[in-house]
Order: sequence, then C-alpha cells, then structure tokens
Amino acid sequence: MQEHGLVAIVKRDCPTCVLVAPVLQEILQRSDLKIYTQDDPGFPEGIEGVVDDTSLDASYRLGVEIVPTLVRFENGVEVDRTFGWDREAWEKIVGSDDLGRNLPAFKPGCGALNQEPDHLAELRIRHGDTPMTSRLVSLGAREDDIEACFERGWTDGLPVVPPTQERVLAMLEGTTREANEVLGLMPSNLDTCTVEKIAINAVMAGCRPEYLSVVLTAVEAVMDEDFCLHGVLATTRFVSPVVIVNGPIAEQIGMNGKGNALGQGNRANATIGRAVQLAVRNIGGGKPQGVDRATLGNPGKLSYCFCEDEQGSAWEPLTVDRGLPAGTNAVTVFAGYGLQGITDDKARSPEELVQTFATSLLAVENIHMFPGPDCLLVICPEHERTLMQGGWDKTCLHSEIMSRMQVPANGVMRGAHGMAVGVEPRMAGKIVSKLVPDGLLIVRAGGGAGKFSGIIAGWTPGSRELSRPVTKEIKT
Amino acid sequence: MNILLDPTGEREAVERPRLGRPNSLDGLTVGILDISKSRGDIFLERVATLLEGRGIAIKRYCKPTAGRTAPKQIEQAIVEEVDVVVEGLAD
Repeated sequence: MQEHGLVAIVKRDCPTCVLVAPVLQEILQRSDLKIYTQDDPGFPEGIEGVVDDTSLDASYRLGVEIVPTLVRFENGVEVDRTFGWDREAWEKIVGSDDLGRNLPAFKPGCGALNQEPDHLAELRIRHGDTPMTSRLVSLGAREDDIEACFERGWTDGLPVVPPTQERVLAMLEGTTREANEVLGLMPSNLDTCTVEKIAINAVMAGCRPEYLSVVLTAVEAVMDEDFCLHGVLATTRFVSPVVIVNGPIAEQIGMNGKGNALGQGNRANATIGRAVQLAVRNIGGGKPQGVDRATLGNPGKLSYCFCEDEQGSAWEPLTVDRGLPAGTNAVTVFAGYGLQGITDDKARSPEELVQTFATSLLAVENIHMFPGPDCLLVICPEHERTLMQGGWDKTCLHSEIMSRMQVPANGVMRGAHGMAVGVEPRMAGKIVSKLVPDGLLIVRAGGGAGKFSGIIAGWTPGSRELSRPVTKEIKT
Repeated sequence: MNILLDPTGEREAVERPRLGRPNSLDGLTVGILDISKSRGDIFLERVATLLEGRGIAIKRYCKPTAGRTAPKQIEQAIVEEVDVVVEGLAD
C-alpha cells in the first residue's frame, strides 16, 4: 500500500506513545495524519480513523523498529522519519514549531511489536520474506503433523519435529551461511544438498539452531568422496556414519564426551547424529530396504555422535592426529559398526592393558579377518590413567598396538580353528597385519568410573579404495 | 492448516522400463561385469566359458571395487559395446 503525508505508528503498551498521544491530536488539527496502532485499536483514545495494525503487517512493511515512529511520505516515497519523542525532529517532519510544549524535549521510545522474534518470524513468512525455497507441503485441517511426516516417509522410525517454516527459519539463524548454499550432491540419489535442506532435517531431528554448524560440517564430511557414502549405504554390513566432534564448540553447545558419551540423554549428541542420518535418508534416498541394504544394521543408524573429552584428557585430541591444530572446532566422520566393549579391570600397567586392547582388535569381524577394517578405539579415562601412569602417551599406545597387529598367517588361515573363513593358503609362512598403517584412530571419552573402553570397527577392510575417515573444520 | 517444508531432494527419478530379454543370444555380444565381489570372478568366468563354448561373443569388464559405483568409463563402454550384461552381485 502506498502511503501519503504523515504516518505514525504507536502502541498503548509504550509510555512514550501514551505521552505523545496529545501531540498526535495537535498534528491532526493542522494536517493529515494516518495512525497505525500495534496493540490496541482503541488507542489513542478520542481519535477517529486509527488504523488497526494488530496484524503488524503495516508496521512490518514500514520497517518500524521503535514506537512511536513518525514518517513523512511525498508522492508515495518516504522523505523523513523519526522515532521516540524528539520534539525538534517531530517539529521538522510536521513543519511546526510548537508541538508538545508541555512535554519534555526528549523521551526514548519502546521496541516495536513487529520486531519481537515470534512476531518477526511470522511476519517474514507471511510476507514471503524468507530465504527458504523448498516445496511447501500443506497438511489437511484434520491431519496430524507428526503422523503426516511418517506417512510421507520422512522419518527414521521415530517421531520427528514437524519442519514448519517458523522452525526452519529459526534453525537458519544458527548459521551465517546462505540458505541456498550448495554443500554438495548427496549420495546415493546425488540430489543437491543445500544449507536449507539440512536445516529442515535438523529441525526434524530435534536440533537447536546452535547445533546447525556442526550438522552442516558433518554432512559435508559424509559427502566427501573419500567417505564413500554410497558404499556405506549400499553394503550389507553393519556400518553407519559415526560423528566425532572436537574443539571448544562441543562444550559450548552442551555435547557430552563423559559418562554415557555413546549412550542416550544428551540432546546435542542425539540430535546432531540424527540430523545427519535424516539428511542421508531424505535427501540422499538412503532408506532401509531400498538403497540401504544392511543385513542387521546397528542402533547407531538412528544417531551415532559424541565428542572427545578434551578437557578431561591429557592427550592430544583426535584433531591433532588428523592434521589440524589443537583447539580446532572440527568434525570427523568414520564409517563404523556398533560398539564392541573392551573390559579390563585387572591391568595395572600399560603393557598388560595394551595386550587386552590388541587381542580385542585382533578379533574384530572374526579372528581370521586379515586385514580387518579400520578401527576407532575409544579409551575411557581410567584406562588412559593406567597408560599415563606407566609413561605412555597416545603416540606410544598407537605404536604399541600396531606392533601387535602383525601375526603369522598360518594361525589365521582358512581351516584353522575349524573355520572356513580366513587368510588364503598362498600366504602360508608369511606375516599378515590386522590393521593397515593408518587404520587406527584413538579418541578419549567416557565417564570417570569404569575400566571399559570400546572399539568401533569400521566398514572398510583396510582398503584405501573404499571409505576413509574424513575430518573437516567447522565453519561457524 | 499446517504447512511443512519438504525435507527431501524434491527430485523424482525417472523410472525407465527394463529392456526386454532377448529370445536368443545368437549374434549378440555379452558383457561380463566383475564388480570385484569375493569369488564373483570364479562364477563369472564359468559363465563366460559356457557362453564362449556356444560361440557367443564376450567382453569382460571389471569394477575396481564393489564398494563404489562403477566408473563412468565402464558404464559407457558397456552401453556402447554389448547387448546383454551378466554380473555377480553377492559373495
């Protein structure tokens, strides 16, 4: 709507607006003035023709930030504006030199209702002033929105938060990246994956906006060619993306790397991992019984995300092992199976404990699988302490484990232990290795009590042609 | 009325019908695609030998790994060079 002459925007809940109500009467006696009222159509009292703007549409259109606001238009174009009560400025706009003589010369105004976050989001959506371009799905009046998400095949089997425009707009506030930025092509459909699409799936997963930068980075990591997401989906093995978060951001957004780090109960851990999985499902088309051909899968396919307990550990974090400076906010994705626990409450020396770690690693997949897959070793605090007290740092542990991964082929050959599976007979007399040289990642996480570490075995049996862990710095 | 934003890629894949099976392999070239699945080569070589024994032309292809989709060059070569493809999917 084109405005002409003087326009004022007020609300009753603003003491300054109440203060200037008589001034508005003064102006009306000498010129045209259109008054929009934001909260009470009966305010200001005694003035005919006040325009009800409780919808806030006019205020939004006029870009009002403070009430009262006084604007002058000429031929539909704004030529002057002031806000709050500033006699000099009001007199200049009105063209008068005697306004509100019984009022103080200046009194600041109040925040306009249309700027309040809830109203602003609603107004932006109503006026089509959002960066979102995804298809709008209108539900029937009697259709339950959570059930509607199930019926459209958008969920992982659990209810999702319905991705309304308001929620997605709020989620996008969690990043400075443009909603239409293309992150890549999501396997296996190779559909375009944008910041907006990830924000929608993050809403559905239950994320808070401050998690979004982590989710975006994790999604970029799984789409990296090295990760081989198509294969991770299509394989009949157990594998799913494991998301490990490093850096101060983990604590800032409330992630858990301590007790039950791989379990339930922490919103950030649970929903970041879930958002990645939902994006893979909804954008990439990776659905069970479809492209996802897993025989058994693993519970981590709902969500598999934790952070390294950097504050509680004396070791360098995973980021340093992956070539980034300590303290970098980063996400590492690893194509992993479910957790294989390592229990050892008797070892009192690193030499004893590493034997338990090594023999457990040698059993991954089956005891004859050489080479086995890359492995992620999650060391608990009590085990770290045993190692540290014996003078072993992480580099030493890594080296000692790797030296124990070499075994004579004859003991793990087809036919040994009555097993049909195993190393080929042509390897007789040779030494075989369970892990390839860079096939072991080590992180520190877990609660302060308990001598229970864990192995997350990977998918790739030591082959560089398949999935490799990918680490990416988080852009905040 | 609730309005939701579509979380999918919003792309509908075009469904293309499979080519009909030929009534005879006479005069056709058969592609043998080894996707590098364990022991797939044994199965496929046996199939190739049997077909060659019947005088059928064979062309062999091999994916570098079963874990990744076939390189475009292999897909294109198969499209251009053979009429029928046999591959072994499982271990």
